[in-house]
Amino acid sequence: MWKWLHPYAKPERSYQLASTLLPWFTISSIIVLIIGVVWALAFAPVDIYQKDYYRIIYIHVPAATLSMSVYMAMASATFIGMVWQLKLSDAAAAAMAPIGATLTTIALVTGAIWGAPSWGTSWVWDARLTSYLILLFIYLGIIALQNAFEDKVLASRAAGILTIVGAVNIPIIKYSVEWWNTLHQGATISKFEQPSMGDDMLYPLLINLFGFALMIAALSIVRFRNEVLARDSMRPWVKELVAKECK
Amino acid sequence: MNQPTSYAQTFYNVFKRDMQVAVRNKGDVINPLIFLIIVITLFPLGIGPETAVLTRIAPGIIWVAALLAALLSLERLFKSDFVDGSLEQMLLSPQPLFIMVFAKITAHWLLTGVPIIIIAPLLAMMLHMEQSAYPALLITLLLGTPILSLIGAIGVALTVGIKKGGVLLSLLILPMYIPVLIFATGAIEAASVNVPYSGHVAIMAALLIGALTLAPLATSAALRVSTN
Repeated sequence: MWKWLHPYAKPERSYQLASTLLPWFTISSIIVLIIGVVWALAFAPVDIYQKDYYRIIYIHVPAATLSMSVYMAMASATFIGMVWQLKLSDAAAAAMAPIGATLTTIALVTGAIWGAPSWGTSWVWDARLTSYLILLFIYLGIIALQNAFEDKVLASRAAGILTIVGAVNIPIIKYSVEWWNTLHQGATISKFEQPSMGDDMLYPLLINLFGFALMIAALSIVRFRNEVLARDSMRPWVKELVAKECK
Repeated sequence: MNQPTSYAQTFYNVFKRDMQVAVRNKGDVINPLIFLIIVITLFPLGIGPETAVLTRIAPGIIWVAALLAALLSLERLFKSDFVDGSLEQMLLSPQPLFIMVFAKITAHWLLTGVPIIIIAPLLAMMLHMEQSAYPALLITLLLGTPILSLIGAIGVALTVGIKKGGVLLSLLILPMYIPVLIFATGAIEAASVNVPYSGHVAIMAALLIGALTLAPLATSAALRVSTN
């Protein structure tokens, strides 16, 4: 496997790979999201108790679930960067941080909008919501630390340590609904034997989840390319690339 | 001089040095404590002096104030050593950085955490805290203040090389302090209504052990990054 991966430690090759992958992820995410969103908002059955406003979960659930996945991806990337000293891995982690922060904000806002009619309150200080708010703070801290250093390589290393320390929070968020008796409901779709949700409602949610994942991949690739270019801006291959573009 | 220094000796040397520096700069130790007392004084003035209200919010106020005081005193941990270059010498020395960082954190806790614990009953009395909650307050402070020093050390080590690291430090560290705050105030509130609080204390002890073993490692790694 190392022999196959080795060429991609070179920024140039990674940049090319990212450029080839980008259109695939972009197109597929747009298609999947259109199918998912239209199905969810227009054709999924109306909930008896919650009427139409339950449909916001089709945005809330993917954003919330995947914001944690993005964090784990970041933590894995920084871990790989630390152990094998791969600078590109740090670049990938730096590229993902703002995406994760945005998803976390989306999940918090949509959750508040959904909570207002169904719980009767937009915000409660229960374990799930609080630990999730901490996740947003950690994301913001990581971004702030990345911006505080002049040297990008150094910034990534420092932010990496914070990322790995902050990863402690992820299992707390995941299991908060089981460990504490919270207002937030427990896991709904991951109970595969018998999801507590009808099929007509479940399928668009799963499609949206998949579409969000593809969209995050596409956005990460865009940001990763920028990050690589910014870090290597003085290298000959970037200069050649710019010269080619300008012609 | 060829005899290598033992780990205990290394720990003692760094610890003694930090204590001496602190004794000679008394302001660094006393100012956070005065800050703590002033913050606590602000709450009854801002909220109003009704005893019932103060009793209700006393644990939270004391803990939040302790958190902020710890945050203020953290910069002292590595900043002056970084400025005068002695931190670099520590990084270059053949002794394990873990031991030296651990010694510095221990000294920091003795100088900032322990005074808070000593003064806490007085502050609790000023805020009319329930009598039954005093032991819980002291136990949570005893377990919690070392965690504040340990986790804080990671943040200071990350920001020591940055010019205006102060605000950034609070951004990085305060979210990590939230679990300690939640379990500490949970224990004190349980104690004030005479409910067993050993569960909260057990979780805090677990947090302390986790921080004791992992935080010096993360701090050492962070120091190596930021003194690059």
